[in-house]
Amino acid sequence: MMIAPSHSPILILLGAVFTENILLANYLGMCSFLGVSREMKAAVGLGAAVTLVLTVTSALNHLVYHHVLVPLQMEHLQFVAFMLVIAATVQLIEMVIERFSPRLYYALGVFLPLITVNCAILGVCLFMVIRRYDLLQSTAYGAGGGLGWMLAIVAMAGIRQRLQTTRIPKGLDGPGITLIIAGIMALAFTGLAGMLNIR
Amino acid sequence: MPPARTARNVFMDGLWHENPIFRQVLGICSTLAVTNLLKNTLVMVAGLIFAAALSNVTFSALRTMTPRRIRIMVQVLIISFYVIILHLVLQAYLPDISRDLGPYVGLIITNCILMGRLEAFAGSHSPWPSFVDGVACGMGYGFILIAIAIARELAGFGTLLGIEVMGAWWTRWTLMIMPAGAFFMLGVCVWVCRYLQSGKESA
Repeated sequence: MMIAPSHSPILILLGAVFTENILLANYLGMCSFLGVSREMKAAVGLGAAVTLVLTVTSALNHLVYHHVLVPLQMEHLQFVAFMLVIAATVQLIEMVIERFSPRLYYALGVFLPLITVNCAILGVCLFMVIRRYDLLQSTAYGAGGGLGWMLAIVAMAGIRQRLQTTRIPKGLDGPGITLIIAGIMALAFTGLAGMLNIR
Repeated sequence: MPPARTARNVFMDGLWHENPIFRQVLGICSTLAVTNLLKNTLVMVAGLIFAAALSNVTFSALRTMTPRRIRIMVQVLIISFYVIILHLVLQAYLPDISRDLGPYVGLIITNCILMGRLEAFAGSHSPWPSFVDGVACGMGYGFILIAIAIARELAGFGTLLGIEVMGAWWTRWTLMIMPAGAFFMLGVCVWVCRYLQSGKESA
């Protein structure tokens, strides 16, 4: 998974939304995807929060990795360092939103703190290290990853609202049918794969 | 739940009655991605059992000393500790597999199963049952992933553990090794297991 340094940030952003969707191609953030995709409003709120956190943390973690961990030769501590940065960022963003937009804060509710353990965030940070993105590329990858995740969860929420009025076989109701729909969505996104390559 | 449950009960609960995948649908993120090759899945499942069992024991031993307010942070640090060990061991002894698994070993940290078990079980039980619970949950999780991996590798590559099984007549079913295949397989697994369970409960 070597990265040609020539990939422009815009291409990476578009690629992360469509061809390399972190949810549908890399299976990241599945837990909250299955849990929160029942309602449209919650899905939009969570999607927006994930996008915000991902953009900020991918930039911060890039700085932490390349300017703190690498000079100190402590790359093996990347997991702990990234988790701390993510937890701190989520807390900070929570405080800022509460201060400046209480309405948005109440709309996001419990989803904001839960983002800390959303695997999409840590996953994007680890991918950015493995693929050797620079700062701008990392930020673009974070933003694109978040937007892609939001696209997938909002689409799924729309489909699941329709499902409420349909008859589903016993046992398939709930996570089963959601996974199969996610499979069909992944298939649809695979159709875009030839357009961009950001690996 | 009465605290007097035997190790056997704890084990069966983790493996079947409270199976993390089809009962609770937790933590499929980090492991689903590696199910297109059986070899990678086996390594990943072994790593997950290791991390789940030992972090359960550690947190259980520390449970009376950990202030409730900071327990989440303590849990994350304990899990990270074992995952870092796992990551370094894989890099040193199985570098090829470590490269294949990419970021997914690190993602065990955010696997909800581990955190969920620390919170739900290890925080209120002594170390030995916690160890059994960790192993059982890891195995309950593992056997489904191994089943999915066998199906995907067999259908997608015609091989098992890299050994040719299906012969030359088999047309590779590429869909199965693409992401969509994993979603379909897991959906069907959840369906079958839930169907079997619901039949038993109503009977």
